[in-house]
Amino acid sequence: MERLRTERPHLFVGRAEAPIAFVESVAGGIRLKALDREGVRAGLTVGLTLADARARVPDLDVYPHDSHADHGWLERLADGCHRYTPSVALDAPDGLVLDIAGCVHEFEGERRLAADLEDRLARRGLLVRHAFGDTPDAARALARFAGAPAPDERRAVKRLPVAALGLDDDATTALVRAGLKTVGDVMARPLSGIAARFGAEAATMVRRLSGEVKSPIVPRRSIPKIGVERRFAEPIARTDYALEVLGELAAEAAGTLAERHEGGRRWEARLFRADGLVQRLRVETGTPTRDVALLMRLFRERIDSLADPLDPGFGYDLVRLDVALAERLDASQLKLEGGEAQKGSLQEEGVVQLLDQLGTRLGRTRVRRFGARDSHIPEQAELMLPASDPVPTAPWVPPEKGEPPLRPIYLFDPPQPIESMAAEVPDGPPHRFRWRRTVHDVARAEGPERIAGEWWRREDIPTRDYFRVEDRKGRRFWIFRHGLYSERESPRWYLHGLFA
Amino acid sequence: MADSTALLAHLRSLAAPAVPRQADSRPVEAWLADGLAPAQLHEVFAAEADDGPSGAGFAIACALAADAMPLLWLRTEASERQGGRLHATGLAELGIDASTLLLVLVADEAALLRAAADAARCPGLGTLLIESWGRAPGLDLTATRRLMLAAESSGVTILSLRVAAEPVPSAAATRWRVTAAPSRALEADAPGGPAFQVELLRRRGGHAGLGWCVEWNRDTRNFDSPALSGAGLPLAPGGAAADRAPAPVRRTG
Repeated sequence: MERLRTERPHLFVGRAEAPIAFVESVAGGIRLKALDREGVRAGLTVGLTLADARARVPDLDVYPHDSHADHGWLERLADGCHRYTPSVALDAPDGLVLDIAGCVHEFEGERRLAADLEDRLARRGLLVRHAFGDTPDAARALARFAGAPAPDERRAVKRLPVAALGLDDDATTALVRAGLKTVGDVMARPLSGIAARFGAEAATMVRRLSGEVKSPIVPRRSIPKIGVERRFAEPIARTDYALEVLGELAAEAAGTLAERHEGGRRWEARLFRADGLVQRLRVETGTPTRDVALLMRLFRERIDSLADPLDPGFGYDLVRLDVALAERLDASQLKLEGGEAQKGSLQEEGVVQLLDQLGTRLGRTRVRRFGARDSHIPEQAELMLPASDPVPTAPWVPPEKGEPPLRPIYLFDPPQPIESMAAEVPDGPPHRFRWRRTVHDVARAEGPERIAGEWWRREDIPTRDYFRVEDRKGRRFWIFRHGLYSERESPRWYLHGLFA
Repeated sequence: MADSTALLAHLRSLAAPAVPRQADSRPVEAWLADGLAPAQLHEVFAAEADDGPSGAGFAIACALAADAMPLLWLRTEASERQGGRLHATGLAELGIDASTLLLVLVADEAALLRAAADAARCPGLGTLLIESWGRAPGLDLTATRRLMLAAESSGVTILSLRVAAEPVPSAAATRWRVTAAPSRALEADAPGGPAFQVELLRRRGGHAGLGWCVEWNRDTRNFDSPALSGAGLPLAPGGAAADRAPAPVRRTG
């Protein structure tokens, strides 16, 4: 709901009072999926049909429920929560689990941390319910279900309703019918009996809630090797200044890397906004580096290439720089970098930096080099790789002396259909063919070079008969007939490549 | 300011006629070596879209003859859609080492120019090949002059391959028009090695308007001049290139 308020604020101008509902089409009509506070106050409930709801509250505002976008929104919030701890997990559809063990010192206690988080999200208009627990499951259950007040966590968990076990509806109903109203009631029974009557799942959940079984959360991100950050007492509103700070952080990280004789290959900067959102910038370099000036150039390049410019909003109050991937880089290597590389090789000074720069601006996959692959199918015989990837080891076959080029310099993928006019002999090339509305008269031809399909993968791939042909103007083409005359009735002709 | 002083110095050096006039009897490869001087911008026009591969072949051959590697090939996604993607095996058969070949794909002409400007300043590169299709209005006098200046300071040879485009004023050192030429037939009337009809349309401080038919020899890394056309002979009548008058020589830059 607040996602909608943020993304489409114009919808809400002047009608703050009207209740809002999100609807979903299910079997048997359109039903309410979620409601805001006003809607609940007006007596609506989730699951009501839209027609009933409209009858009760005529000025109800209705929007389609978009679970996909909601999930994206939750992920953005989770990103923002990385300011508190590196270990954040989603609890779909509407929860987050934070592992704050060892992270509370900055806030002088977990309650202060939670208050900070609530404040921050309240500024966005989000209503948060939180709870602490020794295990993620206990925290989740305490946050989602209200039990009777209790002096400590163990007893609070025991006073939760059985629904907090998170079992399916049938099992929950069965538990209630058996007279077990709270989690404590279930815990008091022998677990073997519970497992026998209500399924193994019920017993497992009880053990998880009581902390007998460990169930660590799966964090959304791996925890980086090196991370440096800077917090600001007052949010900073200027992106330039944030970048300056980023430069200082980069120098700090470079110092740590130098101590370890390492250089970073993948860097991620995150700018946390005061309102709980985060903007991330990732750069990658082809060789390990500790060069701060180079890094900052790449970050600026990345900012320039963003579709939406950086928006500080109410300002950034935390800047973080992580080195996600580091490789060995000895101090001596830096000095020799230019001297060691051979002339004409891609390792030459400047080329790597150029590729990094272009890769950062255009996207890593648009800067490519070629690798050979072991396949006789022409379009599969080679790979185009991002230039920053390691080169595959399959060797290139050197051309034979005195032979004309047997493979084209441009290849069409997929091959382009051509219209063969007047084939010479059944197994020969066409006399004349039409491609892109132009008729080409074949003056010279060589072939066929027969390339069979990879029959060990699929059996029904037709054989291709390739011909090198040259038209009267001297243009050279690589064409093939898809299938032998014995394989199919009237095989089609394709143009696969162009020779120099 | 720094730019304009460099430009002024450049203009002064142009004003002094340093390039000696060539005798027409020199062999083709000498002409080509002279025409495609390193650390300059050269334009290669493929007259029609179908001549694109010939233009590309000629450009690569020139880079190989000058041994200016590694080669960075810059092209737009539109040219990949229209002209097919690069096939390294075939390029290797022209003599290029596929491991020294880099391809950078960009979305549009603006990105092409920007990437070209960056690559032109990288002294580690040997050749920068910029492939563009159609009119490409961005590659105007100003842009080519910038590339030329960058090439002179970094030492990168820049080849601007312009497929299906008409020459416009530019600061390039030479301008060539390439069309496909029938190859020397091998036995059983098989197509032979890559042969091109090349025409020097414009050359700064030198003769222009000459044409040759050349064949690229991968093994010797040289252009051979097949017997069917001698050096300095006018182009064969009826060829696509002969229909047009050679562009006037103009000193832009």
